[in-house]
Amino acid sequence: MSFCKRFAQNRGALVGLVILGLVVLLALLAPFLYPDSPWRMVQRPFLAPGEVSGFWLGTDVMGRDVAAGLAHGAWVSLLIGLISTVVALAIGVPLGALAGYFGGRIDDALMRFTEFFQTIPNFALAIVLVAIMEPSTFSIVLAIAIVSWPPVARLVRGEFLSIKHREYVEAARLVGQTHRDIIIKQILPNTMSPVIVLASLMVATAILLESSLSFLGLGDPDTMSWGYMIGAARTVMRQAWWLSVIPGVAILLTVLALNLVGEGLDDALNPQLARAR
Amino acid sequence: MPYVSLILGRVFKAVIVLLAILVFNFFLIHAAPGDPAAVMAGEAGATDQQFLEDLRERFGLDQSLPVQLWRYMSGVLQLDFGYSYRQQMPVLDLILDRLPATLLLTGAAFVISLAFGILAGTLAAMRAKRPSGSVIMGLSLLFYATPLYWVAMMAVLVFSVMLDWLPAYGYSTVGAGYTGLTHVGDVAVHLILPALTLGLFFMAVYTRMTRTSMLSVSQQDFVKTARAKGLAPGVIQRRHILRNALLPIITLAGLQAGQMVGGAVLTETVFAWPGIGRLMYEALMQRDYNLLLGIFFFCALLVILFNMLTDVIYRLADPRIKEAT
Repeated sequence: MSFCKRFAQNRGALVGLVILGLVVLLALLAPFLYPDSPWRMVQRPFLAPGEVSGFWLGTDVMGRDVAAGLAHGAWVSLLIGLISTVVALAIGVPLGALAGYFGGRIDDALMRFTEFFQTIPNFALAIVLVAIMEPSTFSIVLAIAIVSWPPVARLVRGEFLSIKHREYVEAARLVGQTHRDIIIKQILPNTMSPVIVLASLMVATAILLESSLSFLGLGDPDTMSWGYMIGAARTVMRQAWWLSVIPGVAILLTVLALNLVGEGLDDALNPQLARAR
Repeated sequence: MPYVSLILGRVFKAVIVLLAILVFNFFLIHAAPGDPAAVMAGEAGATDQQFLEDLRERFGLDQSLPVQLWRYMSGVLQLDFGYSYRQQMPVLDLILDRLPATLLLTGAAFVISLAFGILAGTLAAMRAKRPSGSVIMGLSLLFYATPLYWVAMMAVLVFSVMLDWLPAYGYSTVGAGYTGLTHVGDVAVHLILPALTLGLFFMAVYTRMTRTSMLSVSQQDFVKTARAKGLAPGVIQRRHILRNALLPIITLAGLQAGQMVGGAVLTETVFAWPGIGRLMYEALMQRDYNLLLGIFFFCALLVILFNMLTDVIYRLADPRIKEAT
């Protein structure tokens, strides 16, 4: 069975893919649908959804358009989720590969280092890092990457341990390939499917982390994000429920979609491990 | 006693990690924007040059970096975590004052999530091929994907604002002056929403773990043997599968401790629960770095203690594990 067929067999994954597609579309269209800054005050504050035409999701405490915030926030969430995952992979994959391939003392040292980062409560660490570096897209991405690379390193190390004694690796060693070539050309490509699955779940976690940081007031002050919108709506929850409900549903759907897609990828990439359903 | 050396080994490892966190903290303080003395002077509301110099001398900021590091570490070892100028109290007193509320909240959330998570996971595994099993897994995926702070706000919206069943925030009714059992009851009523919302996410995690673990144990030979000799399915589920499936849950519960502390920051912020999570939010708002890093250290300490506890429990529960630490 082809990859696409196996993926399509998981109905949840298809639903996830559709939702994710819509969120990506919203993010890409944001600059065209709402060319103005989402921070601009455009109407009376506290308009309920649909109260005034053209503002179908209402306005917030400052009279900013909620729909515009939602669209621009989608862009920010996806971007930060993706970039921080890429950075986390860039830290975790090489560390895991080196530890698993060379073993011995290098493995010991690298795994102690990984364990150290795994022991530290990760959300607390992210808060501290962003607070000290001052909130900005850069510091948020860096903090999320720093707290989310350890599982990648452990996964890649495990894969390397199980693959490095396979015959084709031994063969590559016999014909005199360098360590670098064996790691990059022989082993690494064969560890990619579990890494891709993990990465899709990491994007989801990163989006949750970013929204939690923004909720606490640690978002980039120049970008509109879903977490910020919820945080700003917290004190007016009694008067304007929609201000917290709408962005929350957006986060929930996006994270849910990514998780579903991740499960679908898992089924499609590791068919021999397909779980009992 | 093999356990003594085991525990000693764990303690040694934990001390190393804590020392590393202290060094890390120290460099973070120095990475913070602005000269610490200027920050302190600003916090104390003074701008005079002589005062700044005095502060630098008093806190050793005119010394070299290694000397400062040494002073900081030896201070912490004497339980001196510095002074919070914003709150006009030593950092340690502030944290110890707030610690019981956090322990109560996270403890309650932990028990709730573990109990309901294992129950739901067991049900889902037993009904893996039936719709009811899929419903449980669907719900757990939903809770897993929902931002914790948002669940907390929605809970307030529904149960406090709309239904008016439970208090929306705080630790106890302000000014009621309850004592004895009435006070305990009052705190318990305030605890329900925060503990449930914090527990919900972890419940989803445990549900998924228990299900996966049970399904993989049920494939093993001893389960087939039990089936072959004609044991009742219920007995096999409880005595053979569940017991063995719970072992990895203990380890994973230890790993979740760090997440729990992070979740407490969000939950306590929404519910104005007077724990160290809320204190961390206050420290953030006031840019009180001494306090922030002190809390960070305590969070790590809590997590490490909890990890050690689960490690020991795991080895007691499964005597087969005898690997050297």
